[in-house]
Amino acid sequence: MARIAGVDLPKNKRVIIGLTYIYGIGKTSSQKICNECGVDVNTRVQDLSEDAVTKIRKKIQDEYKVEGALKTEINMNIKRLMDINSVRGYRHHRGLPVHGQRTKTNARTRKGRKRLVGGKKK
Amino acid sequence: MARSIKKGPYIDPNLDSKINKLNEENKKVVVKTWARRCTIPPEFVGHTIAVHNGIKFIPVYISENMVGHKLGEFSPTRTFRGHGGKLAERMTKIR
Repeated sequence: MARIAGVDLPKNKRVIIGLTYIYGIGKTSSQKICNECGVDVNTRVQDLSEDAVTKIRKKIQDEYKVEGALKTEINMNIKRLMDINSVRGYRHHRGLPVHGQRTKTNARTRKGRKRLVGGKKK
Repeated sequence: MARSIKKGPYIDPNLDSKINKLNEENKKVVVKTWARRCTIPPEFVGHTIAVHNGIKFIPVYISENMVGHKLGEFSPTRTFRGHGGKLAERMTKIR
């Protein structure tokens, strides 16, 4: 059982994929970690030696911002935008797209499911 | 695409010279500007700048963590008055 940064890694997956279950680690950083720790990316998580696990854990702890710390940082950045009264902060506050996309249609990822607005009655 | 680092941030020359003058004289006057594309350098902190939004000038007090943003980011150009309902209808008539 490999537990890194507060996340249980899936046992039956390859290390390179398993590490991406940690928030903040994608395939690129996963590959990098494996290379730098001298672990073959194709070994399964359950076959990792205790040594390798410790090495990977240490590497992530020292060099990467993951899970809670990363989430707090992101939230702080958003909060900063809101606090300084910028348009970007306002878009975050209203739950609208921030980077100038159209909102006449689409934008459903940010706006969530469609809310119907009643038509005008004569 | 981001601006080339070689050029450095864009700072409106007119506005910059005005603010620098104010800094030398240690005065604080609201400066009107249309330069929404101007990046905020550290020298602007503490001043109030009235940034045009297409209709009128919105006074913006520059605080420390606004440095690096553009002036236009603090002067919204659109007013959303809501969809549907009597209130929204009345509002659109006023505009």
